[in-house]
Amino acid sequence: MVNIFIIFLSAVIVNNYVLVNFLGICPFIGVSKKISPALSMGMATTFVMTLTSAVSWLINKYILDGLNLQFLQTVSFILVIASLVQLVEMFVKKISKPLYDALGIFLPLITTNCAILGVALFLVLKEYNFIESIIFGFSAGVGFTLAIVIMAGIREELELADVPEYFKGAAITMIVAGCLALAFMGFSGLI
Amino acid sequence: MAKKITLSREFLKGLWDENPVLRMLLGLCPALAVTNSGINGLSMGLAVIFTLVMSSAIISLARNIIPKEVRIPTFIIVIATFVTIADKMLAAYFPDISKALGPFVPLIVVNCIILGRQEAFASKNSVGRAVIDALGMSIGFTITLTILGSFRELFGVGTIFAVQIMPDSFEPLMVMVLQPGAFLTLGLMIGIGNWLNARRAK
Repeated sequence: MVNIFIIFLSAVIVNNYVLVNFLGICPFIGVSKKISPALSMGMATTFVMTLTSAVSWLINKYILDGLNLQFLQTVSFILVIASLVQLVEMFVKKISKPLYDALGIFLPLITTNCAILGVALFLVLKEYNFIESIIFGFSAGVGFTLAIVIMAGIREELELADVPEYFKGAAITMIVAGCLALAFMGFSGLI
Repeated sequence: MAKKITLSREFLKGLWDENPVLRMLLGLCPALAVTNSGINGLSMGLAVIFTLVMSSAIISLARNIIPKEVRIPTFIIVIATFVTIADKMLAAYFPDISKALGPFVPLIVVNCIILGRQEAFASKNSVGRAVIDALGMSIGFTITLTILGSFRELFGVGTIFAVQIMPDSFEPLMVMVLQPGAFLTLGLMIGIGNWLNARRAK
């Protein structure tokens, strides 16, 4: 139990996926202009990440390790992710139309979100068991959501700020992200 | 003659006008994650050059036989294959660099520059042009990463490519080689890029 709590805390705060491990920077910069789409993106990502970590753990353990095919890791994980995203999209469309409309455009984009493939690769590196992998995938998603929502909140305020002309847009966003990363470094001694 | 000019323009656009990192904001994850020293930035760039040029060539050759509906999965499989080759070669011949880059080599698969170029360029153009375009884009990426890495190394450790540059009295700014330094430096580079571009346009 303690172990699971440590995995959760570490993935959400101490080793935050976006600000400490630099995964998922593209959506972090691209979809963080307003809070509500940022939250939807975070939720969709968390959902796919949790599923991916479960499926890729099983594939790695029983197919790749079993047949000694570890060199196919990257290829098979990306296939898992692409098909999962497609499946989730069809599933959500069928089950809940409002949720589909809310997540709609973000779902296909998730395939190329490096945070998802990152989760699959990290849980092989860290040699988690099945339960730990699912917790890790879920908490990495929560960490991503936390970072992107904080960023969206700051950027909504930033609209009103007087930014030097050449630093408007991406440049100032990077610098703000730098300050956020600096703040998250404060957690580094926690675990 | 006209064709030659367009070919060279195809190459040069990746270096500045459509520089993937500074102008198009693509491939930011590796740009931020591995650039804590000049050499790491350069090796990441070389891995991307290999992957992008090879997959652009293959996809451009196969562009007429890939059905439109399944083009994205096809692109990803081709890219993933070359990334695996690059990853295993690095691990075999340069274990130190492979260790420093860690999971970011396999993560080249989801680097949006590569998929982006396949979708926007290689799947619509002849092999020669696709390779030139891939070379320009990936060299632009490599140069940006090398500058970013060297800058962070210079202020964070006082060296460039492990050669001492700063005087002994210089107190290294640890923060530059840690995560916040990556964001701050890239932010500054994008800002300076905008400024240079605006000045050139005048």
